[in-house]
Amino acid sequence: MRSAGPISGARLALLLGGLALLVLLIAVGSLFIGSARVPPGDVMAVLAGRVKGVDQVVVLSLRLPRILVALLAGGALAVAGAGFQALARNPLAEPSVLGVSSGAAFGVVLAQVMGLGGGLVETVGLAACAFAGALVAGVAVYLIAARAGALPVHTLLLAGVIVGIFFSSTITVLISVVDFDRLGGVIHWLLGNLSPIPPRSLAVFAALLAVGGWLVIGAARRLNLLTLGEENAAQLGVDAEALKRRIFAGAALLTSAAVAFAGPIGFVGLIVPQALRLLLGPDNRVVIPAALLGGGAFLLLADTLARNVIAPAELSVGVITAFCGAPFFIYLLRARTGTAQP
Amino acid sequence: MTVPLVDCQQVTFAYGAPAGFTLRDLSFEVRAGETFGVIGPNASGKTTLVRLLSRVLTPAAGRIALDGVDLAALSRAAVARQIAVVPQDVPSGFPHTVEELVLMGRYPRSPRRFFESEEDRAAARRAMESVGVLDLRGALLDRLSGGERQRAMLARALAQEPRLLVLDEPTAHLDLRYQAECAGLLRRLGRDGRLTIVLVSHDLGFAAELSDRLMLVAAGAAVRVGAPEDVLEESILEAAYGCRVIVDKHPISRRPTVHLVYPPA
Repeated sequence: MRSAGPISGARLALLLGGLALLVLLIAVGSLFIGSARVPPGDVMAVLAGRVKGVDQVVVLSLRLPRILVALLAGGALAVAGAGFQALARNPLAEPSVLGVSSGAAFGVVLAQVMGLGGGLVETVGLAACAFAGALVAGVAVYLIAARAGALPVHTLLLAGVIVGIFFSSTITVLISVVDFDRLGGVIHWLLGNLSPIPPRSLAVFAALLAVGGWLVIGAARRLNLLTLGEENAAQLGVDAEALKRRIFAGAALLTSAAVAFAGPIGFVGLIVPQALRLLLGPDNRVVIPAALLGGGAFLLLADTLARNVIAPAELSVGVITAFCGAPFFIYLLRARTGTAQP
Repeated sequence: MTVPLVDCQQVTFAYGAPAGFTLRDLSFEVRAGETFGVIGPNASGKTTLVRLLSRVLTPAAGRIALDGVDLAALSRAAVARQIAVVPQDVPSGFPHTVEELVLMGRYPRSPRRFFESEEDRAAARRAMESVGVLDLRGALLDRLSGGERQRAMLARALAQEPRLLVLDEPTAHLDLRYQAECAGLLRRLGRDGRLTIVLVSHDLGFAAELSDRLMLVAAGAAVRVGAPEDVLEESILEAAYGCRVIVDKHPISRRPTVHLVYPPA
């Protein structure tokens, strides 16, 4: 399905429009499905504003915010994954594999231990803690893995695993030490469960997604040139160092926002960009914007499944993404050797 | 007297501390329209020179001027609009097609654009046509032969519409047939005098055949600059390379050719 000839604005708009329509269909469909039985007619009535009561709470206060969280988090994680992959020039790079998610999660738990509440300032503070954690983890992975300016695949993955384990263990320590009641929702959140969040948090999340998305997508043409190698990209006028810092900051921001508001959900950033590359070709100007929508669609589908597959109980959405992601990771590991490009 | 296109004045450069100087007080000029060959043994500083000319590196001392303007005062993109480098190869696993590669050459012309313009597409098309890869435009670089890949990289450099073309070891991965093809192509590109070519090569015969002037670099300094027959002298080459050679003339072109005297067992 790789398109003939290079991409143009019109073709990209058409593709993204189609994807947006798909996302909308999935989102609307997801509104009608859930463990609380709300007949389709009642959902329509709620949407039309004609019904109050329990049905309204279920549809507007539980399902709708959760759908929006899934779309935002999926988009953020997929764009972050696409950015990390283009940066490391490696298809296996991904926020959870690189330990960046764990770093962000540590930041969030630390913020909770400090007792950040739900106000606007505190919501931003929570996201800032997550971002700081993501940056620390990312820099640590880079420092461990970098060898004379290069990032060998295997050291990168190992460094990511090591840093990830370190931060996960630190989170466990924090949870063990601190009064459990104060961290009520943390376990649920750590397992990768999407929960409805208040409109204020949704707004902060959307703003962070916009900034991070702009940082990564806006540099997509330069990321294409980076596939030539840094020296060659520089000879074509790309400031490779500035580009790497920009992508790293953007991807860390997206990861930390997703972790802060949805939880450390793995593999979305691995599966979605890679699947899109297989379908649409390697042009980052296509893959990364498509990942924004495709990631949302994927996580929403996974969460709808998680909500309903063992209803009235719920699976963690992280379980669903891991069940899809682990085999995919193995496939990529086997199919593409150490020097592979994203 | 006209300003040379490239004016390299007492350029000194060193990488890390332990490596010592890579280039020391290197001075030379490249005249507009000529093909200027750079030859020299391994680790003589040829690759460093390519990096300095393309502003990937900046000299520790001295200056490189392009048409009288210090390269260090220009942005990367501004340099890339005037100087195009043809690398030895693309990284393995390079995922793009020939046309996508050639369009990358248009980046320095409009770094703020997200998509290439119609003009960019037309320029890429002309570049592909001029080196005969238009029919391969939809093919992945990974699937092409070494010679085809090199022509595609040459097309990418031409798409930059540069004044100076820098070739880094163009024959390194090419067999005889493609070397001949490459020589023909470079000759054609250099012929009308609009394009200045700096040809960095291991291959002394290839450089002598194509260059108007040669510069022999050894241990980071210019040993001699001049016409090929003045630079490719036995005593000079033997001192620079540390081995015995015999210099002969090519039976057809009458340009100098260098034969290695293989040591006995």
